[in-house]
Amino acid sequence: MEVTSDGRGKSAAQMKRINDTKSILRQPILLIAVIATIVLLLLFVVYPLVKVLIFSLTDETGAISLENLRNIVSSSRYLKVFSRTMLLGLIVAILATIVGYIFAYTITRVNVPLKGFLRTIATLPILSPPFVLSLSVIFLFGKQGLITKNLLGIKGNNVYGMPSLIVVQVMSFFPIAYLTLSGILSSIDASVEDAACNMGAGRWKTFWTVTFPLSLPGIISGALLVFIQSLEDFSNPATIGGDYTTLSIEVYNIITGSYDMRKGSVLAILLLVPAVTAYLLNKYWVNKKSFVTVTGKPTQARKMIDEAHIKWPLFIICIIFTAIILLFYGTVIYGSFVRTWGIDFSMTLDQYRRALQYGTGSLQNSIILAVISAIIGGLLGMIIAYITAKRDYYGKKFIEVSSVLMFAVPGTVLGISYILAFNTKPLLLTGTAAILVIVFTFRNMPVAIESGTTTLLQIDNSIEEASTILGANSGYSFRRITLPLLRNAFFSGIVYSFTKAITAVSAVIFLISPRWTLITSKIYGLFDLAKYGQASALVTMLIGILLVFIGIFNGLINLLLAPRSKVPQLKNKAEDNK
Amino acid sequence: MSQTNFTSEFSKKSSNVILKDITKIFQQPDTGKDFVAVNHINLEIKDGEMVTLLGPSGCGKTTTLRMVSGFEYPTSGSVLIGGRDVAKVPPNKRGISMVFQSYALFPHMNVWDNVAYGLDVAKVSKEEMIRRTEKVMDMMQLKGMERRFPNQLSGGQQQRVALARAVVIEPSVLLFDEPLSNLDAKLRESMRDDLRALQQRLGITSLYVTHDQSEAMAISDRVVIMKDGNIVQQGTPSEIYEQPVNRFVANFIGKANFIEGVYKGREGTSAVVEIGDDKFVIPKPGVMPDVEAGSSCCLTIRPESIHLSKENGPLMGTIKRATYYGTKIEYEVELHDQSVIVEVYNPQLTERFQTGEKVSLNLIEQCVRVLK
Repeated sequence: MEVTSDGRGKSAAQMKRINDTKSILRQPILLIAVIATIVLLLLFVVYPLVKVLIFSLTDETGAISLENLRNIVSSSRYLKVFSRTMLLGLIVAILATIVGYIFAYTITRVNVPLKGFLRTIATLPILSPPFVLSLSVIFLFGKQGLITKNLLGIKGNNVYGMPSLIVVQVMSFFPIAYLTLSGILSSIDASVEDAACNMGAGRWKTFWTVTFPLSLPGIISGALLVFIQSLEDFSNPATIGGDYTTLSIEVYNIITGSYDMRKGSVLAILLLVPAVTAYLLNKYWVNKKSFVTVTGKPTQARKMIDEAHIKWPLFIICIIFTAIILLFYGTVIYGSFVRTWGIDFSMTLDQYRRALQYGTGSLQNSIILAVISAIIGGLLGMIIAYITAKRDYYGKKFIEVSSVLMFAVPGTVLGISYILAFNTKPLLLTGTAAILVIVFTFRNMPVAIESGTTTLLQIDNSIEEASTILGANSGYSFRRITLPLLRNAFFSGIVYSFTKAITAVSAVIFLISPRWTLITSKIYGLFDLAKYGQASALVTMLIGILLVFIGIFNGLINLLLAPRSKVPQLKNKAEDNK
Repeated sequence: MSQTNFTSEFSKKSSNVILKDITKIFQQPDTGKDFVAVNHINLEIKDGEMVTLLGPSGCGKTTTLRMVSGFEYPTSGSVLIGGRDVAKVPPNKRGISMVFQSYALFPHMNVWDNVAYGLDVAKVSKEEMIRRTEKVMDMMQLKGMERRFPNQLSGGQQQRVALARAVVIEPSVLLFDEPLSNLDAKLRESMRDDLRALQQRLGITSLYVTHDQSEAMAISDRVVIMKDGNIVQQGTPSEIYEQPVNRFVANFIGKANFIEGVYKGREGTSAVVEIGDDKFVIPKPGVMPDVEAGSSCCLTIRPESIHLSKENGPLMGTIKRATYYGTKIEYEVELHDQSVIVEVYNPQLTERFQTGEKVSLNLIEQCVRVLK
């Protein structure tokens, strides 16, 4: 590639791009990484999405046709499904953000007891397997519900429908709002609020005139992220939605029921557009609107609110919510040890015995595929973070955008796009384990990329330059310097990928095959048979497996990435006696 | 620093550096306009020499250093290390080493691993790695700190580790990017002397960037003054101080007084200047060639090159301020509506003046420079 050495006449920012591109061309390892990443993203992110888009806009002969789209849009049934999906998303987004805000405000501003505990509870549901909350809703409020039947004596209560969906989704997704909001709230400079107080504003006034407006970008951002989660949720509407059909369920029904891929694709696009819009809105609009400036300078510590009339009501709200979450989880664990829920509450391990007979193979599949995809996704995520964080070159923008795009793509849409894209030679992947690994890898990688990028931006450029000037090439520097420093980001990326892979439902429901079934689809199958006890046993085992593997990953990463000292054994023994 | 002689054990790999007509143009990220950071610079650093690039921030000194390191590529011109054009040589193959402003120690490695890093990269044998690392650790007084991590060290210790890590690979050129700017004043002075001693002992060709003029004067064989991407003047510290080429250099290096006058022309080898009605004869080589006879000029003189007395003289002024510093008294004298700073050393032994007192200023004419 010929690039002129004369910088004049080049338009804005082009010089840096040209320079960085040149420098990458000089480093073979980096160049290979960049090219390989672009190829992989084109193949496994862009191609399937383009495929589903084209498929929805063409007819059987391959000619462009808006017939399918017209049919769907003019059908009152699909319009109803669409508006129901949006309505549910909206309600859940608002409620989950309110709950998340209360938790975030209480934890960052108020001097309440048990803070660590509250913080754990507010983040726990992120790592939760699917079906847990819907199972407990059935256990507590269903026909055989502990509360509805045994406590209140209501017979044949119909628990399926919108109210249950709202409860379950709010509980599942409020942690996302909490994390966003606690980040924003704790980065608001304490002195800004103190200033309002100094000028005579009371706590109430300070909150509404300073704290609330400053946290508004976080509120919108949290709400948008929850909205996306609600849209793409499959496991909750599928199990306790009842007649309240959402888009993901409709897509699933059409594809498994009538195998009408074209209709499925159009509906998938209807689901994809609002999700991606919300995602882009959050990424490029809300984040730019943020007023919060992080100076990096430690300002004086925030003085926690200690007035009893603020402290205790907030604390009680949080504790009640916490108690409900614990009740729900406890119910499922309890349910896994009970002989027949609602009728015979004697303790037994039968559910586990039967669950294992039914699901051992799938459980193994899930673990193996999740481990493989987590490691690949974690590594690829670190590589992508590394090649995009501090450089600008031709193609970088593409890597940046496409590598995190999957985060916004609803699982059902992803499933369809992969079937469409990889069911013919030479890319015949459907029915294999590979397609599952690939889906997991690309879908769950964004968290690894984002935490990796954040870490890299915090590492001073000169640290890598120091390694370079001492003779190391980019591969060596990455292995000895960058990767060890990325240890924590790598860990969180792997844990997230693993958790999401082993708990995935919607993205893989179309991609599993008789040879490669997964534990989540097996659990889903148990709902149809109303075998809730076995489902609880499997879900409880999943929780255990998650905890064990998080521990294993932590140990392994420390073992592998902790820098090994080359200090020779000193003659001075006193030095070693520590 | 240990006084043992290590020079003999260091293999002599040092080489000269030549910058040939180097230009660097950046794009300003906000406006997209071109910004000339370095403008057609020519510079040679001789084998074993320590050259300092000195200038205010934004003058292009760091960019110049980074072009030698290879972290920036010149827009035009070439960099020669040991006579070889390094345009196509990436930073890690240039055989040079660098001490960073932030030290850039690897936070996840202990002191020993930090120092040995470059040898590890070069895949030297284990025995040699241990021998050379220990030797440098010894030289930098880092013995006993092998297993400490950078965040467990003081600023001065971190600085020594950074230096040890840079010299252990026996680089042909050593680059310093404001290495002392993070240290407090006292430590900075002692580290400065240690650094210079080390550089001389090892005889490594060095390029040093700083904005601190006293640091530049203290450690350099040659100082290069930069401004707005151009070299304004280069020379030994005494040349720069005693014969500044313009007001910028005179003001940037030390303090200077500028007294407005008219340059009348030459009288033999000396220059004649008029201030008001009084005539002054400045001996060679006091006049810059760009000053034309008959035009206005300024007499540049350092505060310590003016004597004050109560006797009448050609230049009479009034004391506006007297500040006592212990080693000296600094007077601000009003002269023809200009302010002149005068430093008198050994205040215990010399005559003192009060605010408001009339004094005559006697310029030491050998120390006067006539500038445009």
